[in-house]
Amino acid sequence: MPERAEAESGSGPTPLSALSTVAGSLLTIASTFIGLTAVTFVIGRVMPVDPVLAIVGDRASQDVYDRVFLELGLDRPLYEQYWRYLMQLFRGDFGTSIMTAQPVLQDLIRFFPATLELATLATLVGVLAGVPLGVVAAVRQGRLTDHLVRIFGLFGYSVPIFWLGMVALLIFYGALGWLPGPGRIEVYYDGIVAPVTGFIVIDAAYAGEWEIVRNALSHLVLPVAILSTYALAYIARMTRSFMLDQLRQEYMLTARVKGLSERAVIWRHAFRNVLVQLITIIGLTYASLLEGSVLTETIFAWPGIGQYITHSLFNSDMNAVLGGTIVVGISFVGINMLSDLLYKMVDPRARA
Amino acid sequence: MTFPALRGAREYLLSGAPRSALQARCQRVWFSWRTFSANPVAVAGLLIVLALVSAAVIAPWITGSDGLDPELSRRLLPPSAAHWFGTDELGRDIYDRIIWGARITLYIVTLVGAIVVPIGLLIGTIAGYVGGIVDTVLMRITDIFLAFPRLILALALVAALGPGIENAVIAIALTTWSPYARIARAEALTLRGSEFILAARAQGASTGGILLRHITPLCVSSVIVRLTLDMAGIILTAAGLGFLGLGAQPPTPEWGAMISTGRQFLLDQWWVPTIPGIAIFIVSLGFNLLGDGLRDVMDPRHNA
Repeated sequence: MPERAEAESGSGPTPLSALSTVAGSLLTIASTFIGLTAVTFVIGRVMPVDPVLAIVGDRASQDVYDRVFLELGLDRPLYEQYWRYLMQLFRGDFGTSIMTAQPVLQDLIRFFPATLELATLATLVGVLAGVPLGVVAAVRQGRLTDHLVRIFGLFGYSVPIFWLGMVALLIFYGALGWLPGPGRIEVYYDGIVAPVTGFIVIDAAYAGEWEIVRNALSHLVLPVAILSTYALAYIARMTRSFMLDQLRQEYMLTARVKGLSERAVIWRHAFRNVLVQLITIIGLTYASLLEGSVLTETIFAWPGIGQYITHSLFNSDMNAVLGGTIVVGISFVGINMLSDLLYKMVDPRARA
Repeated sequence: MTFPALRGAREYLLSGAPRSALQARCQRVWFSWRTFSANPVAVAGLLIVLALVSAAVIAPWITGSDGLDPELSRRLLPPSAAHWFGTDELGRDIYDRIIWGARITLYIVTLVGAIVVPIGLLIGTIAGYVGGIVDTVLMRITDIFLAFPRLILALALVAALGPGIENAVIAIALTTWSPYARIARAEALTLRGSEFILAARAQGASTGGILLRHITPLCVSSVIVRLTLDMAGIILTAAGLGFLGLGAQPPTPEWGAMISTGRQFLLDQWWVPTIPGIAIFIVSLGFNLLGDGLRDVMDPRHNA
């Protein structure tokens, strides 16, 4: 392992190596972005849906059709079209949505906070509950706690999330009536608070409407709980296995021989090394929840990006579908790269 | 052991000095099986997967109908002795539809596997064995696909291609192959300099021949483990697409689509949407358990 040799020979982090790390990551981001947009470009321009017909409708005359065909630059070679497409994206021009008759970007800005809110809270729950559970399971390997954590992990990996959401609605809303039904907020509260950030809880608190804050929070409970199932399972499982790796190391013995308390050994020594590895895992979880919220949003009628994409999809509104795909894709790639970068900054061994 | 044939088999499998490559291989399989079968959880996973396969195979003999024809006189009946899982909104027997649905699930995962594994192996072994600029380019492409948001991209693809099982399979495959290329590349890299490869090359074997006959077979075990572990994800994604109305179309008894159409009956006829979900859960659980067990056998480093 070359990284290891470097770490042991004591060549510490130099400004230059940090710089090249950043440069390398930027290159990866750029190439991934080009790949992503190339795929959306191919889906949007080359596949069956005729982009001209989508604009002019199928009753337009040949004249109109030809004019739009030329305006869209469809007579140009593909690479030129792709370049034009890329430039449009950079200007934030995702085209106009057929369904809402508004620029797709504007729609996305309106729908994104709902998804972000769901994914962020679910990741938070996953981290706050999953990490301690994983650590405890590793420390008590083979005992009841460990088995329970593993069983929950398998459950989280295997259950169809949309089904779980449905059953949760059936129980907590339908049968027990403890929690509110679908939606971000009760209909009669809709539109009272002016959207500032797009996060209803924050906006309502800002406006001093505490009744609405409470209502919005209660609407968040079920979707967040459902969405965090996978996050919790994944994070707990990875924490457990990282922790087990550390507990096997010889420095654990050294720490114990030095007379440190068990708590210090576990949390200050083993866990600190695990923490670094967890950065990547948490980033990965956050990114996958952002895109995975599509199904949860459908179940809970949550007006986020996922629902926007699926609704647009059934109306053959390709601009909206691809715009949503790109925004989610960029967030997805960005978060992964960011956590990767952070990992490399924090862990000297990972700096190649 | 009184049967001489059985004793012969025992000796064949346990002898310390195998006499042929076949015997050595049989011994390895036997030892792996012994480790695997000592793990009851993994065996449970295997049984679930076997149950899925046999349900798919013998579906015509264990169902009372093809699960497609409506019979409106018995709409939405609760589970009973005549209809174990009840009937749906068109009076179709849900048990029958679940069993027929096993075929569709199996069809989807087999198809995805059949697309993903060869592509991954091809790209990975070439990248690892040839190296240099080829490696850099191929791995860059692989990394791009690795970084893609899976479900969203599948949505966009299905939007363009139109809903249906085959298109869902293509969409899933497109976003699933990259880890296999990574695995195959890693194996090819470690094998590239080994002596038996040099020997093969000295004997005049072509690059294609070496990749196909010497490197690919050695990637198979890690690929199988990974595929088994991925199966649950593939099933859940396919069911998710079906649920969104983008995968299998009604009246096909696909489990995700069944949940979707049964959703409106959730509050009053709970069995209609819940039972297909349980089927999906059990099958994904089976693949996860089996995958964990296989990984413990084939890759002892992971044995935590």
